[in-house]
Amino acid sequence: MLRYSLKRLLSLVISLAVASLVIFAVIEVAPGDPASFMLGINAQPDTVAALRAELGLDMSKPQRYVAWVTGMLSGDFGTSYTYRTPVAQMIADRMWISLPLAIYALTLSTLIAFPAGIYAASRRGKGGDVAVMGATQLGIAVPNFWFAMMLVLIFAINLRWFSAGGFPGWDKGFWLSMKALTLPAISLALPQSAILARVMRSSLLDILGEDFMRTARAKGLTRRQALWRHGLRNALIPVLTIIGLQFSFLLAGGIIIEQVFFLPGLGRLIFQAISARDLIVVESVVMLLVFSVILVNFLVDLAYAAVDPRLRSRT
Amino acid sequence: MSLLEIQNLDLSIGSARILKDVSLSIDKGEIVAITGESGSGKSMTAMAVMQLLPDAAHLSGAVQLAGRDLLSLDEDTLCTLRGNEVGMVFQEPMTALNPVKTIGAQVAETILIHSDTPKAEAMQQAADMLARVGLPADRFPLSRYPHELSGGQRQRVVIALAIAQRPKLLIADEPTTALDVTTQAQILDLLKELVSEFGMGLMMITHDLAVVSDMADRIVVMRHGEVVEQGETRALFRDMKHPYTRALFEASGHQVDLPALPDGPDPVLQVTGAVRDYALPRTRLFAPRQFHRAVNDVSFTIHHGERVGLVGESGCGKSTLTRAILGLEGLQGGSITAFGKPVSPAMNPALRSGLQVVFQDPYGSFNPRHKVARIITEPFHLLPNPPSGADRDARIAQALTDVGLTAADADKYIHEFSGGQRQRIAIARALIINPELIIFDEAVSALDVSIRAQILDLIADLSRKHSLSYLFISHDLSVVRSITDRVLVMKSGQIVEQGVTEDVFANPQHAYTKTLIAAAPVLPDISHLKENAHV
Repeated sequence: MLRYSLKRLLSLVISLAVASLVIFAVIEVAPGDPASFMLGINAQPDTVAALRAELGLDMSKPQRYVAWVTGMLSGDFGTSYTYRTPVAQMIADRMWISLPLAIYALTLSTLIAFPAGIYAASRRGKGGDVAVMGATQLGIAVPNFWFAMMLVLIFAINLRWFSAGGFPGWDKGFWLSMKALTLPAISLALPQSAILARVMRSSLLDILGEDFMRTARAKGLTRRQALWRHGLRNALIPVLTIIGLQFSFLLAGGIIIEQVFFLPGLGRLIFQAISARDLIVVESVVMLLVFSVILVNFLVDLAYAAVDPRLRSRT
Repeated sequence: MSLLEIQNLDLSIGSARILKDVSLSIDKGEIVAITGESGSGKSMTAMAVMQLLPDAAHLSGAVQLAGRDLLSLDEDTLCTLRGNEVGMVFQEPMTALNPVKTIGAQVAETILIHSDTPKAEAMQQAADMLARVGLPADRFPLSRYPHELSGGQRQRVVIALAIAQRPKLLIADEPTTALDVTTQAQILDLLKELVSEFGMGLMMITHDLAVVSDMADRIVVMRHGEVVEQGETRALFRDMKHPYTRALFEASGHQVDLPALPDGPDPVLQVTGAVRDYALPRTRLFAPRQFHRAVNDVSFTIHHGERVGLVGESGCGKSTLTRAILGLEGLQGGSITAFGKPVSPAMNPALRSGLQVVFQDPYGSFNPRHKVARIITEPFHLLPNPPSGADRDARIAQALTDVGLTAADADKYIHEFSGGQRQRIAIARALIINPELIIFDEAVSALDVSIRAQILDLIADLSRKHSLSYLFISHDLSVVRSITDRVLVMKSGQIVEQGVTEDVFANPQHAYTKTLIAAAPVLPDISHLKENAHV
């Protein structure tokens, strides 16, 4: 298990190194000089040159790459071209919204999907299964921003239980902030849970047809005992894959939901940075997202090994 | 009162009648074999005793275990009986165990759900039971997972968990069908010992008459959901009142009429010192690569018109050798030449068209979305000018009639055919471009005995008509004995013995060949039984 983890860790580091090179290269070939963009079209050439020197744009490419990577490693992401504030600070502010939102949404999605999927699988072909499958079909078909608007309409405008958007800040109190994240989390979670429930159901149904489930029944386990003791852990492997993918998506893919609820999250930050050609911010945020995707994959790999002994012994 | 008493059992699932008026009984300490071909209802009889039938199943009649009518019990009561009073062992040891739980936990679970035994105590009992079935804890700790064991070892675990509560009745559904002959012999011996030691009744389900002939006290022969004949083993073999029993017996020991070997010394296939290595995963990052030698210095020749058998147990390198002969994988040493030209993954289509293959699985080896005509003409793409139009149709019709099908079958899809017919189609696909050599890779292993006999006859017929040369790979010694002129015995990547089939079987030289032949189950000699009866 330790060897397996170390190997996965090594592959994580290599992936990160490759990703950082690719991101740097792509941003480099993007047209437009940030310095002249910042100073406007009427800027004097020597002013532009001075700014380029200040931003470090006059260094050679390898030098800039090394400076960027070593900076990131020490927590220095550089200074935003447009806002003139440290990028690390900007990302940290947004992260405090996006990360809790993603975890919140993923927790909700899992809490809805597991029981729904297990329930549907255990009543295959019966009314309960058909109802759950119908609901998930709807969950996948309807876009999440429509859910979001409906939630706002019902719970914020009509019932006035929640505010329609905005974020008070964690310093105003944990529960207040969680409350502000609730509607966005639900709208993010619903479509995800619909997908997850279907995966859970089909994975369980595959497992229920396996020979070892018959062995379990022949031992004297009831249908329910066999499902919980032998079925669930085996069915979890494909489900973990989807959960990993969903987390990465939720972290950065919530831009529309962030817009609907006026949340200053990572999605909006990257959108603004791209429009303003704030390359250093784009670079850093993309790198951070890549890091989170790779980290989540690493955690999913560890979870696989925890679930399946066959992976542990395969070195 | 017998231990198990099945009376007039009828089973239907939906509108299909699966079992019709089945009656049989098993006593304490008695081994009763239920035999028959696929679809005969033998497994369903077992599942009816376990009461593990699909929801749509409808049962009538009576199944009494130690005086209790199982059909009248509710599900909760049945759960207390399963594993406790009736244990069951299944065919596929590779998949019958939960891959994510240790063997100790899986055996102990049977004990834990049926008694208030503390967990540590249950683990101890599990260890004892595993030791009893031949997996002592010092070599096979309870913390092993199923994937760390071989097929035979897994089947021992399945047996251990089935008998952990010392049930009165053990049901074994084709327990050795997926195993090698030597492993099969060991498992059968183990089952016999356990029956006499625990005084269990054993219901042994198998398609293989030879397996049960020297093991079962009584035999029940089933066909189409009905019991056609049952009786004490020796008496049943001696008399065989029902024609189906006789047909089954004849098919099991079927001897084909193989045409004489055409003379002609020209070799079709020459394998010289073939070596095939597989790289093993690195144990450390910069450790030198380790290799597994799957085929080790193998040499043999197949002459024109010769029928050669290749026998050996799983993992001996048969399939690896086959892939090398077909030019699907390269060699690490030695050479293979077909018709004087070297065989390799890069060989040209003309050479490839001379080597065709028929695989084991009649269900998995066809694309279900293609019609038969398209399936069997697939090898045509190897030809520089593939036949078209009427010529193509004629070739298709010829190939299909050669294998005992009709030209009209060309327009059908593969699901419309039975397993035996599919294997005929596979042979037609190999035959259609008149190959010099056909490789039959376990080509009859998945078939019922009567179908197997027909396919073997077909192969003999084709051999007569087209003077075929073939390499017949099988784990089944009796089949190889009847269908080949010469046999190669393979073990751990090497040919340990080769020679004229009859000589090798009658007088094996190598110790391994002797073991194999001794382990292979044989049908009783009827004439011998009859003589003894008169004494």
